[in-house]
Amino acid sequence: MDYIRAFIVGGFICVIGQILMDKTKLTPARILVSFVTLGVILGALGIYEPLVKYGKAGATVPLPGFGYSLAKGAFKGVDEYGLIGAFTGGVTGTAAGIAAAVFFGYIMAIIFSPKMKK
Amino acid sequence: MEKKLEKQLSEEFKNMVDKNNPQSSIIKDCIFAFVIGGLICDIGQFFMNLFLSFGIPEDNVGFYVATVMVFLGAFLTGLGIYDNVAKYAGAGTIVPITGFANSIVSPAMEFKREGYILGVGARMFIIAGPVLVYGISSSVIVGIIYYFIKYFVK
Repeated sequence: MDYIRAFIVGGFICVIGQILMDKTKLTPARILVSFVTLGVILGALGIYEPLVKYGKAGATVPLPGFGYSLAKGAFKGVDEYGLIGAFTGGVTGTAAGIAAAVFFGYIMAIIFSPKMKK
Repeated sequence: MEKKLEKQLSEEFKNMVDKNNPQSSIIKDCIFAFVIGGLICDIGQFFMNLFLSFGIPEDNVGFYVATVMVFLGAFLTGLGIYDNVAKYAGAGTIVPITGFANSIVSPAMEFKREGYILGVGARMFIIAGPVLVYGISSSVIVGIIYYFIKYFVK
């Protein structure tokens, strides 16, 4: 059941991205930026939370989930440390993803070379 | 010299895009994006269930899943597999966090010839940088607003 829900929620979020790409010619970079920012806003408003409860990885693996974690982290930071938590919380909540992206991204770029595109 | 090459490449790319555009209907694109995006999320779900079965607390399991998915995205990009799938999947491979890893590895590999500092080190953030700038900045704003709502509007 988890898998069906994750598939549907995750697939649906990707379809929104695809429609934006086809209809508005938004570049992938703009899609990435707007989806993460949208995730922060929806996360802060409490709109994304039910989606995470329902779709689990289907909602957390797509980039709005990254934004949701940023917002959730910022809230948690404020709860624990007051105003400074607004600065520490977001990055803390996404530290694993950011550090993994920097570390593995760097390692893979060093090991591999670009393949010829057909 | 390099500028010229880049310009030529971007023109070629534009031609390729234009040539492919009329044939690819939006519905077909959406089906591919849905299926492949959904499958990537199911891989994430698989790891989530796996880590939960190892007894990792639910609050932390997201960290594990994010790390594994980013690793897979980066590794498959290095092997050249991710970009082959991306040709069909479109947003299905861009929107998941694996696409974020892909956006780091691709330019970093491409610009390796410019050196390890300004080539790999700088270019890996050409897309990831803006994502972090806007993502983190908006989380700071949201945190500050939350602080004031919490302490002054009771």
